[in-house]
Amino acid sequence: MSNEKEPLFSTKNLKLFTAPLNKVNPITVLVLGICSALAVTVKLEYAVVMALSVTVVTAFSNLVISLIRNTIPNRIRIIVQLVIVAALVILVDQILQAFTYDVSKQLSVFVGLIITNCIVMGRIEAFALGNKPWASFIDGLGNGFGYGLILAILGFVRELFGSGAIWGYQVVPKSFYISEGGFYENNGFIILPPMALILVGIIIWVQRSRNKSLIEKV
Amino acid sequence: MNKESNKYIFLYSIILVVTVAAVLAAAATLLKPFQQKNVEVEKKQNILFSVQKAAQVKEAKDKTEYIEREYKKYITSSYVVNSFGMQVEGDAFTLNFADEMKKPSSERLLPVFVCKDDDGSLLYVLPVRGVGLWGPLWGYVALNQDVNIIRGVVFDHKGETPGLGAEIATPQFQAQFAGKQIFDGETFTSIKVVKGGNTKNNPHEVDAVSGGTITSNGLQDMVYDVLESYMSFLKAKRQEYAARVCSKNSAMENAKTASAAPSAKVEVRPVVKPKPAQVQEVNLTPTPAPADTTDSIQ
Repeated sequence: MSNEKEPLFSTKNLKLFTAPLNKVNPITVLVLGICSALAVTVKLEYAVVMALSVTVVTAFSNLVISLIRNTIPNRIRIIVQLVIVAALVILVDQILQAFTYDVSKQLSVFVGLIITNCIVMGRIEAFALGNKPWASFIDGLGNGFGYGLILAILGFVRELFGSGAIWGYQVVPKSFYISEGGFYENNGFIILPPMALILVGIIIWVQRSRNKSLIEKV
Repeated sequence: MNKESNKYIFLYSIILVVTVAAVLAAAATLLKPFQQKNVEVEKKQNILFSVQKAAQVKEAKDKTEYIEREYKKYITSSYVVNSFGMQVEGDAFTLNFADEMKKPSSERLLPVFVCKDDDGSLLYVLPVRGVGLWGPLWGYVALNQDVNIIRGVVFDHKGETPGLGAEIATPQFQAQFAGKQIFDGETFTSIKVVKGGNTKNNPHEVDAVSGGTITSNGLQDMVYDVLESYMSFLKAKRQEYAARVCSKNSAMENAKTASAAPSAKVEVRPVVKPKPAQVQEVNLTPTPAPADTTDSIQ
């Protein structure tokens, strides 16, 4: 590697990775990918699997698009992006089916949601089309993890209060439940998508009250 | 070449699409054998789970090899029966049960998997398929050799709501079925999925999934419908079992009372002719499903 070349993990690149985790989080700040955040966060496990898949797809589609960015005709760039993203999603799905069948069974419902996830297309449009492949790849990873962070929080809260469990393990003792003679009942509302939206709202509120620079000037 | 010219755009799209198609086709072809193997192993695993076997699958180093070995060990035979309970040509394992369920019930071909338990008793594993809230439900129901008591069940689903309807796929829900009875005397009752009932003492009921009413109802209908289309087969097997138990008991009785005055065992059927009475009633079946003694290990 020559001296003029930027090191792989320069401060600039690291910032590309860490910024989406908080300051430009795709869900809470850019408000992208909300629909899937509501759909897949009933259980923590699904949320994490979905987040990992989106991360892989975002990172690699950013990489591929960035590699061919100088050849893409401007007029059909959205279609080109769509083809690449869809191909990658199918590839991920096929590989999961072949080698991790159990995970793929749970994920199969959500794979379609990855293609429509605004974060993937958003990052390609906003970043990969104008930046070098490695930086784009890092940006994709960062955004994937930023998305995953919010999904994990939602999944954790919703599974805990909605099913009394975490990652499928029962944490609220069985004897607490009314059906077993106790006093506790799972919150049925938190299982439904509207409650996830309210939770996202609460996260946005907390984040903005801690970081005043995010508040829009009126 | 000008990047925005029509020629370039056409060429670019053609090359892009062909390349992507080639990559995807190659990937699909290469991965297909692995995927089919996975589906096959999954099916075998479900059959084994329904008879409460293959419990150490989580600890097994090579899952595929472990499942194949267990399957060979326990599932001694499988055959296809029609709606009159007669055995017909066909491979039970590759038969597309989903397609069969779409036919009218009198035309269905139904697979039966026979499991030989450790104590030598025979268990019957029957596939089931139905509809839940969002999509299909399926699974396996394993019956003890008396063709009444359920040994175990396995259920799965395409896309029921996680945390609600999807709970039917959990071992906790499925454990309720073990030991339940599908017949009350001679009447077919199936298994009812009831809300908040005291199901522990009722041999024909299990507790429903809370928040998953439509899935629970779908599951109940599925078990009822499928078992009903197996009815001729089930009744024939019940008769066969009753005859076997009867002749066994009478043989023991006879041995005990051989020296004493012969007891009035009029009802005992001759052992050489265990023809089920049910067959005569229905009178549609020239050859009933094979007796278990003829089930051979392949």
